[in-house]
Amino acid sequence: MDTTETALLLARVQFAFTISFHFLFPSFSIGLASYLAVLEGLWLWTKKQVYLDLFRYWLRIFAVAFAMGVVSGIVMSYQFGTNWAVFSDRAGPIIGPLMAYEVLTAFFLEAGFLGVMLFGMKKVGPGLHFAATLMVALGTFISAFWILSVNSWMQTPQGWAVNNVGQFVPGPGGWLPIIFNPSFPYRLVHTVIAAYLTTAFAVGGVGAWHLLRGHKTEAAKKSFSMAMWMAAIVAPIQIFAGDMHGLNTLEHQPAKVMAMEGHFQSHPDGAPLILFGLPNQKEQRVDYAVEIPKLSSLILKHDPNAPLAGLDTIPRKNQPPVAVVFWTFRMMVGIGFAMLGLGLWSLFARLRGKLYDWKWLHRAGVAMGPTGFVAVLAGWATTEVGRQPWTITGLLRTAEASSAIGTPGMVGSLTAFVLVYFGAFSAGSWYILKLMAQPPHEGEPDNVAGPIRTAGTTPAMEGA
Amino acid sequence: MDLTVIWAAIIAVAIAMYVVMDGFDLGIGILFPRFEVGPDRDRAMNAIAPVWDGNETWLVLGGGGLLAAFPLAYAIVLPALYAPLIAMLLGLVFRGVAFEFRWRDPAHRKLWDAAFCAGSVVATFAQGITLGALLQGIKVTGRSYGGGWWDWLTPFSLLCGFSLLVGYALLGTCWLIWRTEGPLHAEARRYAKWLTPALMAALGAVSLATPFLEGQYWQRWFAYPGLFVTVPMPLLVGGAALMLWRAVATGKDHAPFLWALAIFALSMAGLAISIWPDVIPGRVTIWQAAAPYDSQIFMLVGVAIMLPLILAYTAWAYWVFRGKVGDEGYHAHDH
Repeated sequence: MDTTETALLLARVQFAFTISFHFLFPSFSIGLASYLAVLEGLWLWTKKQVYLDLFRYWLRIFAVAFAMGVVSGIVMSYQFGTNWAVFSDRAGPIIGPLMAYEVLTAFFLEAGFLGVMLFGMKKVGPGLHFAATLMVALGTFISAFWILSVNSWMQTPQGWAVNNVGQFVPGPGGWLPIIFNPSFPYRLVHTVIAAYLTTAFAVGGVGAWHLLRGHKTEAAKKSFSMAMWMAAIVAPIQIFAGDMHGLNTLEHQPAKVMAMEGHFQSHPDGAPLILFGLPNQKEQRVDYAVEIPKLSSLILKHDPNAPLAGLDTIPRKNQPPVAVVFWTFRMMVGIGFAMLGLGLWSLFARLRGKLYDWKWLHRAGVAMGPTGFVAVLAGWATTEVGRQPWTITGLLRTAEASSAIGTPGMVGSLTAFVLVYFGAFSAGSWYILKLMAQPPHEGEPDNVAGPIRTAGTTPAMEGA
Repeated sequence: MDLTVIWAAIIAVAIAMYVVMDGFDLGIGILFPRFEVGPDRDRAMNAIAPVWDGNETWLVLGGGGLLAAFPLAYAIVLPALYAPLIAMLLGLVFRGVAFEFRWRDPAHRKLWDAAFCAGSVVATFAQGITLGALLQGIKVTGRSYGGGWWDWLTPFSLLCGFSLLVGYALLGTCWLIWRTEGPLHAEARRYAKWLTPALMAALGAVSLATPFLEGQYWQRWFAYPGLFVTVPMPLLVGGAALMLWRAVATGKDHAPFLWALAIFALSMAGLAISIWPDVIPGRVTIWQAAAPYDSQIFMLVGVAIMLPLILAYTAWAYWVFRGKVGDEGYHAHDH
């Protein structure tokens, strides 16, 4: 490897590292913000203490996750320029405005109302406070909308033209074809549902943990029950949404699907589904493959004998690295089906009236608690690595997109990121786990940030 | 009306908003070790707890807006200032997590307090260096940065780094004068008394050094019609500093913060006059770096609708958390 290749690899590793770390937090806070809105709404509606207790319990965890999302997200907004200057210059006129809209419509909404949400139930009253909670939840959605539009445009660019200095600019069709590019609706639905499932399993895992420990409080039961409803109903929807997304990818980024499937060869009369194997890019084959004949064609073309092209139709220099895509895809799908399994099991337990009694169900719930995060990262790895060697499919190669930063600088900054992130975010994650280890109590204190106190709060009411 | 000029103004406003709002947050972080452990530190923290991440969002708008409206500038400036910018980001990461954890992890509160201070100092110093490096000029080759890894590190950029530490610390103390009572309030007053002349000295040093960096600044400042601005500027800044000092000495509550804002506003106006109409001083004008018309107009619609709304509910959030901070965070304050 020469130095430019090493620097490029380091830039890619740095992006992968910072974006992966960052995305753990939004994938949790998108789901948690909605969950909090549901809890607070149920509390206002039913006046049942358990909903308020759960709201306060999860709000504390949300505050930490959200703060870590904010600080790691600020890093992302500068990563494009520091490490990917050519990409910033050439794609800036298209992706810049979309990301600016994310800041204008989502970030301020979240940050502005989060202060009220965390510090203000006494100050603004329950009605306005609920409005603030809804605004924070809405903000997380709007944020997902814009950033996924940007990512989808890089995956399936549409509606662009090139100006005289080589920048990609909006074409005559204006912004709608850019924002609503072919893969965007599928990716948006798939990603938001993934955030919901991730949160549901984290919440359910915590509920299951406390049930196992014998804390059979109303709140622990409610956590577990709500999460299992989500698993039973949303996991199958997600599998369906993922399938639709895959078919869309087949249409627009066939090489990515070939890598996911491990199809080096074309199959003119029905392609097998390779369950497992070792993709061998050098020899262009999958070693030790375990296959189910015709199934891949059945899934992708709804016809067992339909022809499917393989990577032998794609020049070597345009092929994604198959092994990474192949394995991350299997991790994601495997977890998805395991989630479905747990959901069905919980339905069965519910029907038998044993939802809060079956220890093995609860153990499975605890074991599955963190899997949403793994599935989300695996899925992103599949789609991002599957886009390679392109940063913008067919328009800009990753090798041409980076800044001319020397290797020493890249090594130094990557080292700093790794040290700081592991220091700061492992402390944060450890703290979240510590919070989760406490069962939700009856009469959770109305105090989120600020000094830990045992005394009552000051009854400071506006004009009261 | 030229869209590019409008966009330059929007980015300038976003950066100015960031500087004054996150400035007082960071300033409190810089002075944090000087406050008594216990209720004083808690109050200092509580004085900014509800607003800090909203304040930080302006930084994302500044960076994001630069990419959107002036992609070429973003693509040249960020690699040029790679090291200080990464240091700033990591400092902000530290500050942000320390904010959350110092309350929640009393066993390691000392550590988080240190992280809060270190993160604030690093982020501020790096921002000052960034400003200095931009002012002293950046090498441009074609459509990319043409200099080296260490170009940003000069005596001038370090001077700007120290100056900003003093400036933010002053903003932070003035915020505390406004928002706290008791011993912390008295202490903040004492600091403001010597930070004001310190900031004047720093601003003077930076201003004296600036015209020697680029012929352009010299031209701009000491030739007609620039003299009309150059002559009154030091008088205005000096006047504001005097008013600030008096407001502190005579026990005013929110006047010191407003005068500190005035000093910052005047300094930033001076900067804008020096740089205009360049986005990279002496190398790239705003028109050369501007995004195409379609991008500018599309975003302008969003800004026209959202920015007033953002300012309105930011003001509302500040209104909710007005008055003095007690031991329990903000409480209503009857005057």
